[in-house]
Amino acid sequence: MQHLQSTLAEIRPEFDFTQSDDFIRDGMLDSLDIVMLVSALDKRFGISIAGIDIVPENFQNLAAIDGLVQKYRPQ
Amino acid sequence: MLAVVPANTRSFVDEMENFNFPRSRSLKLKQVMGYDQHRIVDGEVCSSDLACFGMEHLFKLGLVDRDCIDALIVVTQTPDHFLPPTSSIIHGRLGLKQDLFCLDITQGCAGFVIGLLQSFMMLDQENVRKVILVNVDVLSRKISPHDRNSYPLTGDAASITVIERSEDEATIHANLKTDGTRREALMIPAGGFRMPSTASTAVLEDDGEHNLRAKDHLRMDGTAVFNFVQVDVPPLIEDLLRTAGTCVCDVDSFLFHQPNRFMLEKLADRLNIPYAKMPSNVVEHYGNSSGVTIPVAITHNLRETLLSSSIKACLAGFGVGLTWSSMLLRLGPLNFCDLLEFS
Repeated sequence: MQHLQSTLAEIRPEFDFTQSDDFIRDGMLDSLDIVMLVSALDKRFGISIAGIDIVPENFQNLAAIDGLVQKYRPQ
Repeated sequence: MLAVVPANTRSFVDEMENFNFPRSRSLKLKQVMGYDQHRIVDGEVCSSDLACFGMEHLFKLGLVDRDCIDALIVVTQTPDHFLPPTSSIIHGRLGLKQDLFCLDITQGCAGFVIGLLQSFMMLDQENVRKVILVNVDVLSRKISPHDRNSYPLTGDAASITVIERSEDEATIHANLKTDGTRREALMIPAGGFRMPSTASTAVLEDDGEHNLRAKDHLRMDGTAVFNFVQVDVPPLIEDLLRTAGTCVCDVDSFLFHQPNRFMLEKLADRLNIPYAKMPSNVVEHYGNSSGVTIPVAITHNLRETLLSSSIKACLAGFGVGLTWSSMLLRLGPLNFCDLLEFS
């Protein structure tokens, strides 16, 4: 989870992502931020998030993003 | 095939000051999306200007005889006027013969494949032996320079494809889909009859993500368009290849519409297409010129190959409408395959 927070902080350093349960509603991540986040997550975790999973609900909060990353990490 | 791009080149870094975002965020976006520079028209250059420039070049070099054209199809979303059709304007400016079928098709990103399909149907007519297909857009003139979602990736361009009958018996496979229920994903709200342009439709408004655009400008729902491409385009390609009895490994080149590098790489991953087979470099050099990106990708990347040989190519266009289309054909050898600058 700490990796996720630091990745998010690189994209939007002005926000504290532990203080929100809906990053989209609270204006902390926009559509292009999500693109940049996916690119950063792919690189950081050595995964390739499929295009069909790049939807706002998978980036709503830390738990959602963590769930997405875990889906692609080798078990 | 000839592509025409404006000589006027603008770099993303120089334009960043127009966007309502911190420089650091814009630079990250540049890296991920593959933005570098785009070619846009200067001043009041119109679609017919780019098209006629290209056609006169071909006439001058003797590559096309103006008296031997039987049909002229112009695929554009940026006509010179509501009336007359842009194909009529080009016809008049080029002094073409009267026994010629002129047709405008209002299509965008899927417009090259649609234009080819229409051209093939025209060649079924006995007295149509040579079709000129023009794809052209000057969409930069309808996009807000303060819209970071759309402006940096937009390019203007024209292409001229000469299509004639061939003795080759090889089948060309194609498919096409439309979903008008999602039409508002890519839209210019004002300027037509539903919402005529007024002083108020020219006012810049924040879209909620700090992009400023007016109702007279292009509005793109990036999330909806991205999702559409990732969900709907792969089955179209898979159906095409299955119907043709072929597979990704047997196709030499996947010449897809060029929205941005990130989207194309995710599409390639989904379809198991090696990146080397799917050019994704048009946006960084020229910008996304809607229906012209496929001819630009061909002339930029495959010129030498196509002048001397043929390849098995899968074309795919997807976007406004929403419309998506694909085609599998042998491409080349071509009599000419070039990219020209308009100034």
